[in-house]
Amino acid sequence: MTLTLKRVLLGEQGLLILFILAFAVVAGTVPNFLTERNILGLLQSVVTIGIVACTMMFCLASRDFDLSVGSIVAFTGMVAVMVSNGTGSIPLGLLAALAAGSVVGLVNGVIIAKLHINALITTLATMQIVRGLALIASDGRAVGINDSGFYSLSLSRFLGVPTPVWVMGVLFVIFAFILNRTVFGRNTLAIGGNPEASRLAGVDVDWGRIWIFAAQGLVCAIAGILLAARITSGQPNAATGLELSVISACVLGGVSLVGGRASMSGVIVGVLILGIAENVMNLLNIQAFYQYVVRGLILLLAVLLDNLRSRALGRR
Amino acid sequence: MAFLEFSSISKSYPGVRALTEVGFSVRNGSVHGLMGENGAGKSTLIRILSGDAAADSGDILIDGERQRFASTRDAFRAGVVVVHQELQLVPELSVAENLKLGRFPARGGIVDFAALFADVGKTLQSIGIDVDPRAKVSILSIGERQMIEVAKAVMTDARVIALDEPTSSLSSRESEILFRLIDRLRDEGKVILYVSHRLDEIFRLCDSCSVLRDGRLAAHHETMQDLTRDRLVSEMVGREIADIWGWRPRPVGSTRLRVDGVSGRHLPVPASFEAKAGEILGFFGLVGAGRSELMRLVYGADPLQGGTVSVDGVALPHPDPRQAIRAGLVLCPEDRKADGIVQGQSVEANIAISSRRHHSPFGLLTPRREAETADRFIETLKIRTPSRRQDIVNLSGGNQQKVILARWLSEPDVKVLVVDEPTRGIDVGAKSEIYDILYSLAEKGMAIVVVSSELPEIMGIADRILVMRERRIAAEFTRPDFSEQALLAAALPDRATPAAANIQKAS
Repeated sequence: MTLTLKRVLLGEQGLLILFILAFAVVAGTVPNFLTERNILGLLQSVVTIGIVACTMMFCLASRDFDLSVGSIVAFTGMVAVMVSNGTGSIPLGLLAALAAGSVVGLVNGVIIAKLHINALITTLATMQIVRGLALIASDGRAVGINDSGFYSLSLSRFLGVPTPVWVMGVLFVIFAFILNRTVFGRNTLAIGGNPEASRLAGVDVDWGRIWIFAAQGLVCAIAGILLAARITSGQPNAATGLELSVISACVLGGVSLVGGRASMSGVIVGVLILGIAENVMNLLNIQAFYQYVVRGLILLLAVLLDNLRSRALGRR
Repeated sequence: MAFLEFSSISKSYPGVRALTEVGFSVRNGSVHGLMGENGAGKSTLIRILSGDAAADSGDILIDGERQRFASTRDAFRAGVVVVHQELQLVPELSVAENLKLGRFPARGGIVDFAALFADVGKTLQSIGIDVDPRAKVSILSIGERQMIEVAKAVMTDARVIALDEPTSSLSSRESEILFRLIDRLRDEGKVILYVSHRLDEIFRLCDSCSVLRDGRLAAHHETMQDLTRDRLVSEMVGREIADIWGWRPRPVGSTRLRVDGVSGRHLPVPASFEAKAGEILGFFGLVGAGRSELMRLVYGADPLQGGTVSVDGVALPHPDPRQAIRAGLVLCPEDRKADGIVQGQSVEANIAISSRRHHSPFGLLTPRREAETADRFIETLKIRTPSRRQDIVNLSGGNQQKVILARWLSEPDVKVLVVDEPTRGIDVGAKSEIYDILYSLAEKGMAIVVVSSELPEIMGIADRILVMRERRIAAEFTRPDFSEQALLAAALPDRATPAAANIQKAS
């Protein structure tokens, strides 16, 4: 009995089963949880984390790390608002933000892959540099959006579901496809599994890593734009600590921190677990200070589970 | 009076019989040479002596007392110290701290450095090592570090000191200092087990010696008198080669691989060679002779500092593995685990990792095609795995090697196949299957380059053998003019004659 329970929990679908159980318990016991309004609000609240987790998954799967995502989200949101205010053209603002995000990601990737600087250190540096740029550009103040058309990115709905949630869903599908059905995705896992063997097998390891970071920058820009639209301004201090939430979600979703193992469905579940935990605590009127403690505990439990699963798989 | 005695020691690893009833003894105050080819069982015996591995049967006796070593700690307590090839010193600490690590003179937790340096300085002086105890280990030469490692053995009151190829990275001057230290230790009555395949060192140092071959004691000499270099060499290699190789003649065509003056960081002297269509070219040499380094340069795994590599007359423009693969030059690396397999991925994915680029339009995978390829090779190469979806780490070494071969055979046009130690750690049955694969590939016109430290293997399967010694190509032999003596003599680093060595020792 305990053996089968163990196998279920540590197996491929263990996390999903835990999630469904937790969801059922929450839905049954927490008042107002299972309402359309609350569920849509919940999804809306995880958009930033969910979007950035798509590419963070690739980053972790290839044994890399990106701490600069929160700063890029704030910086690109700022760029989108300032450029569209300045030029009077929203599309131009969005393009500028996407370009800015990609460039930061590309710089991260080139420094890490070509100059062989540790990813943790590199992105710790760019995290501060980019945050600084956002503060310098705005002189430390929030910059309001002039054209109300910008808000509609966040406020509009399609089939009753807010646009940002759709964007997140589409990105989930795209990155699931890239991970599972493209050479790029499989190479990402191979690089994480054994970088030297991958290189000797003809995989372009350097450029694989660079593209992952560039994609990370681009995706952060998408998240940055949507966040700016939701808070109706570019905020230089937006999304602080985002990197840790995103990495937590990925690890919760079974992405291995030593690389080589990742799944989109796992990451989605990880994102939802974080979202639900926060949502439930809000519904139960638990003070925000406690939420940090709970999030930390959830992360610890997830890592513990990952550790047990790795040992059950018999490696590392 | 035997002080250290090995009594009928046997040890098996899965698929290999590493030692079979090895027994010999060593007197107090003597240096005993332990010789044998790579894989003869020397390292296994040393591991058992150091408590790092347990014998399946047989005993180690010290001073007539049976020893039970469950760990290296036990062996250490019994007075056995092994100086390994890889040194175990902390580079950023001083010599004295390294020597007294864990036993610092201290008062209330504060290290008494004056006492530490004085104490260690006195000891070093007494054993004749001229090194400042305050010096950081990281500034010492390799030879000096080796000396410190030996000093560590002396300071712990070791009764038995085993040295595993201690001179492999020493200059001759440094070696001489080490030899004088060993002489002193002998005079103090210690038992010294000296593992080496450098014959003139054995003649210079040893009072007696033993030869291991295929895990058995091939010879034991109580004295070095009347012993010749030739006799020891023939004892090291003298085996009947059973024909598990199945070599057969095949037509040899034009040059496929041409390596011209290739050099790199780990291979300072430019190396040149050619391999022809249908030819199996063997590379023999001792560990560290530079064979793998050369192959990695040829494949572009390490950056080239000079020279060119051409396949079918076309020089590779910028040597890196991707270019090499596209030109039809592939490598099965020496260290399968570190450089070959991608852990955590399936057999199928490990096969398809390179060749999938031919059938993935716009980078989109074609899973059915990959599955078919995997199934085909699992069948033709007899890869034993429950399914193509199995994680590759769960396969045996031989089957992992076949997966790496399949990875390259699924490429449409391989012209040159380089296999580095293709059968290391692989049982005999799988070995001959791998040889068969190599023969059939050569018959189809590939040029095959095989690197091996196993002399019988290289003689058994190669058409031509290049011998490397001290990072350069030293000799060439063509079938049927292979002889174990000649090959080994060409591979051994020291060319001094035994007569000269004996005179040196007498003086």
